[in-house]
Amino acid sequence: MTGYLIRRILQSVLVVVLASFVTFLLTDLLPGGPARAILGPRATEQQIQEFSHANGYDRPIPVQYGIWINNILHGDLGYSVKLNQSVGALIADRLPKTMVLMVISIAVALVVAVPLGIYQARRRDTLGDYAVTSLSFLLYAMPGFLVALLLVLVFSTGLGWFSPTAPQTGDVGQILAQGNALVLPVATLALITIATFSRYVRSSVMENLTQEYVRTALANGAGDGRVMVVHVLRNAMIPIATLLGLSLPSLVAGAAITESVFNYPGMGYTFIGEAEVRDYPVVLGIALVVSVATVVGSLLADIAYATLDPRVKYG
Amino acid sequence: MPIPDPAPGEPLAQQDEPARPMWRLVPQILLRNKLAVAGLGVVVFFVLFCFIGPLLYHSNQELANLRTADLPPGSPGFPLGTDDVGYDELGRLMIGGQSALEVGLAAAAIATVFGSLWGAVAGYLGGWVDVIMMRIVDTLLATPGLFLVLLLASIITPTEGLLILVIAFSSWLGPARLVRGETLSLRTRDYVQAVRMMGGGNRRTILRHILPNAIGVIVVNTTFQIADAVLTLAALSFLGFGIPPPHADWGGMLSKGTDFTANDYWWMIVWPGLCIVLIVVAFNFLGDALQDAFEVRLRK
Repeated sequence: MTGYLIRRILQSVLVVVLASFVTFLLTDLLPGGPARAILGPRATEQQIQEFSHANGYDRPIPVQYGIWINNILHGDLGYSVKLNQSVGALIADRLPKTMVLMVISIAVALVVAVPLGIYQARRRDTLGDYAVTSLSFLLYAMPGFLVALLLVLVFSTGLGWFSPTAPQTGDVGQILAQGNALVLPVATLALITIATFSRYVRSSVMENLTQEYVRTALANGAGDGRVMVVHVLRNAMIPIATLLGLSLPSLVAGAAITESVFNYPGMGYTFIGEAEVRDYPVVLGIALVVSVATVVGSLLADIAYATLDPRVKYG
Repeated sequence: MPIPDPAPGEPLAQQDEPARPMWRLVPQILLRNKLAVAGLGVVVFFVLFCFIGPLLYHSNQELANLRTADLPPGSPGFPLGTDDVGYDELGRLMIGGQSALEVGLAAAAIATVFGSLWGAVAGYLGGWVDVIMMRIVDTLLATPGLFLVLLLASIITPTEGLLILVIAFSSWLGPARLVRGETLSLRTRDYVQAVRMMGGGNRRTILRHILPNAIGVIVVNTTFQIADAVLTLAALSFLGFGIPPPHADWGGMLSKGTDFTANDYWWMIVWPGLCIVLIVVAFNFLGDALQDAFEVRLRK
């Protein structure tokens, strides 16, 4: 197990390095390069060249990449000229906001999806099961922004219950104080996540209910409830644990589209906004953070799976 | 106990039912699945709606007319309403659907072909070739799909062809992993060993034996790819990275609709949203049914 872990960690580091290099390469594809992006379309060729030379943009790509990595290892993620902030400070500001949104959404999704999945598994092939499955299917097929728009249309414009924009300013404390404005974004994300989670819980619980240990427990006199909670759930939750690990990147990346629809200044919203104006230092910085989160997330998911399920053996 | 040779003129003692070829069995099972029929019907409807529709129903999609802007459905001459510059919604849906279907099908086709070849080669050759090829896949998977797509879309000026390539680029990873898995199990089969013993080269084995036998997995994956491609295109257009106006696009229509939610111009959101959902659900039904159809055949 330790050997497997060490190999996985080393592989993960390699993957992050490669991913960062690919991202770096992509942003260099723009004609004119970062100099053009910063100086704007009216800069002359002369100015572009001077700026490039002064900032090292005319050096070979591997050298530029090396400098960027070196800076990162010293804690400097670059500087955003458009926003007049260091990328590090920007991420430190946006990341907590995204995390607040995502943690609340995933928590709500779990609280709803687990009982829902259990209900579906116990009452499989009844009308209730079909209804929930159809609804999940429908939600699955809807793009996130469509769910968001429909919610806004019905609950904000139509009924006037909630605000159509998420909390804009302030730190996490102030955001949480504006609960009313968080309802629709959280609802959007939670609905989509519930669709996936409940299907997993449903199939996982169904699979476990047919196992022999359930029959044994019932034969030993355990009640339905005890069997469900103490025995079945512990096993059925294993895939959910891996799912949670795999949702770590979304904690960091946020739901870019949902944040855009609700104008919520999180990581995803920032990424899209800065990508539109070609603000490469920010784009690279966020992409790097997201890559690391993705790799860590899948590593945690694998570890969780191997730890929770003693049947799994890794060579 | 060995089966005795039949006397001349007698039929063989044991005859299996003649194996029905896959391309006849699969459609049979497919058509028995009502959801698949519904899905197929929806797809056919949309193909007709988007490509034949504009020939029969003429609407002005090029000249803005502010006098006919923001009309609700049911207004005379505009059965589904108009958008904020006066374009007829129904006509716009038809034309918008063209890019959705074209991009969806093309991107899925390219992603599937490229990804399947990649996966088959990696799985078949094994060794360090496999390791390198799959690490590349993992690297690309390390960036969440949307980010990758946005990154690419922000660099290029979008045309339909480039969008197809961008979407295909972020979706070939799925088929690659899938086909590699299939290949790993297929290459241990007897007929593959037989081909190699007869001197078949790698290329021949992969193209003529491995891939055709993985076709079930590939086809199922393709239908889901089409659905995903439609969703990705809608997301890109929604965020403004799609084909610029006056080109019509369901995602772009939704983007416009966002600006008017406060005015309660619901028709700008509901019609394109409905189209997207119907197409995606239809392809998902088809994919599920195909999965069942191929599995039944394998069970036999």
